[in-house]
Amino acid sequence: MASSSAAPAPDSERSSAVRASLAVGLAVSAYGLSFGALAVASGLDIWQTQVLSLFMFSGGSQFAVIGVIASGGLAAGPAAIAGAALLGVRNSLYSMRMAPIVAGPPGPWGWARRLLAGHWTIDETTAVSTAQPSRRGQRIGFWVTGAVIYTGWNLTTLLGSLLGNLIGDVRMFGLDAAAAAAFLGLLWPRLSSRQPIAVAVGAAVVAAVLIPWLPAGLPVLLAALVALVVGITNWLGRRPA
Amino acid sequence: MTLWNIVLLSSAAVLGLKLLGYLVPPSFIERPTPARVAALLTVALLAALVATQTLQHGTGIAIDARVPALGVAALLLVLRAPFIVVVTAAAAVAALLRLLGWMS
Repeated sequence: MASSSAAPAPDSERSSAVRASLAVGLAVSAYGLSFGALAVASGLDIWQTQVLSLFMFSGGSQFAVIGVIASGGLAAGPAAIAGAALLGVRNSLYSMRMAPIVAGPPGPWGWARRLLAGHWTIDETTAVSTAQPSRRGQRIGFWVTGAVIYTGWNLTTLLGSLLGNLIGDVRMFGLDAAAAAAFLGLLWPRLSSRQPIAVAVGAAVVAAVLIPWLPAGLPVLLAALVALVVGITNWLGRRPA
Repeated sequence: MTLWNIVLLSSAAVLGLKLLGYLVPPSFIERPTPARVAALLTVALLAALVATQTLQHGTGIAIDARVPALGVAALLLVLRAPFIVVVTAAAAVAALLRLLGWMS
């Protein structure tokens, strides 16, 4: 290859971004299977399950909705919506970080690109994109990861909900334990220092203690207060220099 | 509230929050407190969901096959196993314990 410039060749930028996107995208898509199966087990039909993957498209929030519905039924609806929304707040922060990278120039299609970019702004697209060294790699990383996960997540959701309908008793196949493990798997990479670990332990204890006293869903929402208190006081946090 | 209401309202809320980030000025994210609260909010909610999904049984608490299953999941996460392996192993442990009749 005859490249006269000292900067990395565009082809290698692109291929490394695409490789990262495919690796992350395929791994994440696989667990759409467990989401689909758990969603129908919690009482949603195949269409409702698919609407969550098509329009909500945020794993943590989707699992939160079906988790709260599974334990509290329709009466827990408001708590399920609030839980999903609060978990979705981090996506707003990702969007703010991604906007200058992927929004592109304004124009007749600018709003459509922003809408699609917004819809695809999740943990994985942000992580792959911001890990790329160049602006071009960041854009490729975002769009390829988004396309792979959106397609894969929706296909595996459908497969999972079809399989889930064949499974009668959720508990017999350990699907209730799978949901707990799914939340733990989403939590794990965030436990990077003492502050998030303290918040996680505190929130888990608050939620567990409140289970017998409050309707399903509310213990989870009240546990969020732990984050508010620790976040505002910055207890156990690094002081700004 | 019907199941469809819950599905559509929660989807609209989550999608709206994603789009919000493309509308507000990015200076907000640079202030440390909102960024920290948002990150810790995710941690608190996920941890609370781990607790309720593992312990809640009806309106009370039950220590059953989900607890050892979660222990195996944690061990696999320490060993850096992929997400799908962790979730599948937890389901398999709970299913096996129930099959053997050791824990309900």
